[in-house]
Amino acid sequence: MTFMAMITCLPHMLLLANPDEWLVRLKQTIVHWLPGPWQFVISSLITIAVLIAVFGALFAVATLIERKGLGRIQNRPGPNRVGPYGVLQPMADAVKMLIKEDVVPRAADRVVHFLAPLVLVAPVMLAFSVIPYGQGLVPINLDAGVLFFFAVGAASELAVFMAGWSGHNKYSLLGAMRAIAQMISYEIPLVLSTVTVVMMVGSLSLVQIVAAQGGYWWGVIPRWNIFAPWGLAGFVVFMIAAIAESNRSPFDLPEGESEIIAGFLTEYSGFKYAVFFMGEYFGMFAISGLAITLFLGGWHAPLPYLGWVPSFLWFFGKLFIFLFVFIWLRGTLPRLRMDQLMNYAWKCLLPLALINIGVAVIWRFTAGWPGPLRWLVCALLIVLAFVWLEKTWMKSRELKPRTYHYAS
Amino acid sequence: MLGEGIIKGMVETARNFFGSYHDPARFVTIQYPEQRVPLKENNRNFPFLVFDGADTEKGLRCVACKICEKECPPQCIYIVPERDAHGKLQKHPKIFDIDISTCMSCQICVEVCPFDAIKMDQEFELSTGDRFSNLLLHKQDLAKPNDYYHKIHPTEATLVDAQLAKERQLAAQRKAGAGAAPASPPKHAPEKLVPVG
Repeated sequence: MTFMAMITCLPHMLLLANPDEWLVRLKQTIVHWLPGPWQFVISSLITIAVLIAVFGALFAVATLIERKGLGRIQNRPGPNRVGPYGVLQPMADAVKMLIKEDVVPRAADRVVHFLAPLVLVAPVMLAFSVIPYGQGLVPINLDAGVLFFFAVGAASELAVFMAGWSGHNKYSLLGAMRAIAQMISYEIPLVLSTVTVVMMVGSLSLVQIVAAQGGYWWGVIPRWNIFAPWGLAGFVVFMIAAIAESNRSPFDLPEGESEIIAGFLTEYSGFKYAVFFMGEYFGMFAISGLAITLFLGGWHAPLPYLGWVPSFLWFFGKLFIFLFVFIWLRGTLPRLRMDQLMNYAWKCLLPLALINIGVAVIWRFTAGWPGPLRWLVCALLIVLAFVWLEKTWMKSRELKPRTYHYAS
Repeated sequence: MLGEGIIKGMVETARNFFGSYHDPARFVTIQYPEQRVPLKENNRNFPFLVFDGADTEKGLRCVACKICEKECPPQCIYIVPERDAHGKLQKHPKIFDIDISTCMSCQICVEVCPFDAIKMDQEFELSTGDRFSNLLLHKQDLAKPNDYYHKIHPTEATLVDAQLAKERQLAAQRKAGAGAAPASPPKHAPEKLVPVG
């Protein structure tokens, strides 16, 4: 195709094609002009640039929404001085962070101290690469996308411990140890609740998981996993574990200001602190993206006649709802205690996730049953399990006369 | 039920969130530089010097007795009395400085002043870029008219004015009773003002 032909057919492609496809085609068109060996490199670079730009902008918007939303929850206006309604506040924050002094403690392990923020952000950026953002809009279509996501996600624990260790500060180390304990504990229910989806779809590819959730029951209810009993229970377990994984309130013990200053962030300032902050928000977006992909139908429209809206808008709309819920939870719940946190992961979420896998198995082998009956039986099993858990959970919290043990 | 409290709490915060958009009772923030809460009458900040009449210098009630200077706990008042050519004290301050960087607004100077010359102000926006000279208030910065005193503390100022009028009357009577000289009614209050007793 000659250059002129490309130019003349470009508007045709942009206007007439499916809106999701023109983004992909635009990239293909740009890459097409390049010599063969460069095509892959430039194509990847464009994808990376778009990802960084989109999620960077989303990070700025998220910080603003968080501050405004928390303000409204606490009956105050939130930042409203920089620009109209305070919309330029993220820029002001960024400038403030960039011009701050970058303090490195004298006793710190300088190399590790410098690397920790980068080690936190890099895996999260990798995790972004397997999430399908829209129809055909997936940076890398890996066959084992779920596995890849959790594999790179586990690297953030390393970054947190690097940050806590390198500062040579007791509060940093305490915060990092809390973070490690918390993230490792909550990774188990997180993965186990994902296992149900993988079992039902029969694939580890996130693209196929989304594809399996296409279509509608009786033409109205989307075939999202959340509308099945195992999906709903799995989604709740997944979200609780996801909040803990992203170190957000009420599971923000690693950064509990009132207890350990700022946890593993104590010795960080200026740009490194900003990068850490960004990494945590990116982690939140990534895990929300995974939750959307696994349980909420990814980029699928909630109603059949809304299919004309570009699919990536659905994805990002759902992401914003997740963001609001995260902020809402942060504005509501107080921080847990360390023993409550551990008890909750091991005594409540883990059994629930395991029972959910059993329910998913029942669901899988009762495909011949009438729909509502199958739904009720599975839901009942989960509810019974929950009630049983609640009983044991509440019993352990009964007030008893306290016994004191003195050192002899 | 497990998780019931969380749901209740989330309902409450959601009510706060949406309520703050339409319910003024929930949205109580005063946007300070643009909006202000009217100050209470008893609000007090740093002291100021009251003067009667129109002349800032002549109308000052202060007679440079230095009682406030001695009583001031953080010692932020500095007074030098006026002297005439012969070195005689003139019952008038030559220098009257208050260092508001050390003043703690305790009001002790006001309570010890026998002449009702020093009173508490309500000015609080005194931030400055120069903490060395702009926080040291001189006589001309401190002198404020009696009308201003009436404006900021109306009840207290009325009582003080009544008390001063009574004292002035008593003083005039005493003068007339002594019969040393034909008493002339006081033209200007502070010049005739003497402590009672």
